[in-house]
Amino acid sequence: MKKIQEEQLENQDIEIRLVVEAIYQKYGYDFRNYSQAHVKRRILNRFNLSGMKHISDMIHESVYNHKFVDQMLMDLSINVTEMFRDPNFYRALREEIIPILKTYPYLKIWHAGCASGEEVYSMAVMLHEEGLYSKTQIYATDFNPVIIKQAKDGLYPISRIKEFTVNYQKSGGKGSFSDYYTADYETAKMLDSLKKNIVFATHNLVTDSVFAEVNLVICRNVLIYFDRELQDKVIRLFVESLPSGGILCLGSKENLQFSDHYDQFNPLIPKERIYIKKYQS
Amino acid sequence: MTNKKRYEAIVIGSSAGGLNALKVLFRGLHERFNIPLIIVQHISPDSENYLIQILNDIRTLQVKEADEKEQPMPGIAYLAPPNYHLLIEPDRTFTLTIDERVNYARPSIDVLFETAAEAYKDKLIGIILTGANNDGSKGLKKIKEFGGLTLVQDPESSEVESMPRAAIQATAVDQILPLDEIAAFLNSLIETQPTK
Repeated sequence: MKKIQEEQLENQDIEIRLVVEAIYQKYGYDFRNYSQAHVKRRILNRFNLSGMKHISDMIHESVYNHKFVDQMLMDLSINVTEMFRDPNFYRALREEIIPILKTYPYLKIWHAGCASGEEVYSMAVMLHEEGLYSKTQIYATDFNPVIIKQAKDGLYPISRIKEFTVNYQKSGGKGSFSDYYTADYETAKMLDSLKKNIVFATHNLVTDSVFAEVNLVICRNVLIYFDRELQDKVIRLFVESLPSGGILCLGSKENLQFSDHYDQFNPLIPKERIYIKKYQS
Repeated sequence: MTNKKRYEAIVIGSSAGGLNALKVLFRGLHERFNIPLIIVQHISPDSENYLIQILNDIRTLQVKEADEKEQPMPGIAYLAPPNYHLLIEPDRTFTLTIDERVNYARPSIDVLFETAAEAYKDKLIGIILTGANNDGSKGLKKIKEFGGLTLVQDPESSEVESMPRAAIQATAVDQILPLDEIAAFLNSLIETQPTK
């Protein structure tokens, strides 16, 4: 191994850890247990765009320049999502989970790490079509206040509607997706009637605790960014939020199998990573 | 021979024409090939990853989709799942992300190669096969910078030559081999590789 690369790598990693530490100490946003390789890519990407001389210059910027920190939080957020992402998952939800939910008198759903809200509205549309919306309360949370604002606004570029519509149809949608938004030349706005029973709020899975008992937790493609320790901590939050028989939905490449809390759940639809919390024996 | 380097992982990037190239490669590998293979093949987002089945049927190596947090093991080939980037952590475990596409691709070869270069340093072999874009060029350069071995499929023998050409342009690669010689070259590395 060439010595100079080895030392550069070591120095870079030290600087990046210090940037992450500065953001944590100053603002309480804790990325210390995120995937190192991911955080490094995101921070170096911002560094390359910033025109700064040293990575450690980002420490100063992070502490003193709030605009810069907002930008960093966007960089470190997971903002890639779509309506009815993984249509097979939504189909399974509609065909196999909704019938269970229909037996409840009242329904509470937590979308943890909802980003810009596409999957929350997907759920709202589905609940509406299944006649469940009026008895449902949805909590949609993300750590990033800017993103939660976007989710609440429910405005999406019209260029994405085609993809959303295809997903909606593949997921077993019963109507026409165009019934759920109004559009002008550039933007589609989700109907207010879909927002009526949704509370959008900031909640940090890493540092905040349980806030309600819910029947269904949806947290997809969030845990893959966390190390094992943090994954376990977050799954514990879900265990505490769900009653026996409560349902947990993860992303298609996320797995409870290696978690300390695996014994609390039974796989309900293993392929779609849908789990049910066991009844206490 | 102890003066030979011991390689601990091989990363492979392929795009258009990759299915056939990978089949040829897998058919030629020694059945006791003992370096983990980690592969990004550009593939459509909603594909069921049929590639795993096809490569498993060749029966030289066990082939599976890379799981998050999994540690690559000798004798196994790992494929990045469709629509996820595959990254290697400093502790040499896999991370999957749904981040934006890189070079219009998810999974992206550059993302795998650049993170693998840091994790394996000079214990890594990087291979670029056939393809129609320039994904992987930056990553292969980084592997070279970290002292790893870089290999590119001879553009003349590639179904689509632009990806190998881009890689050769970006880096002074160590080996440029026709497709049917790549497996033999890799086999020769393990035959002389000291066992742990």
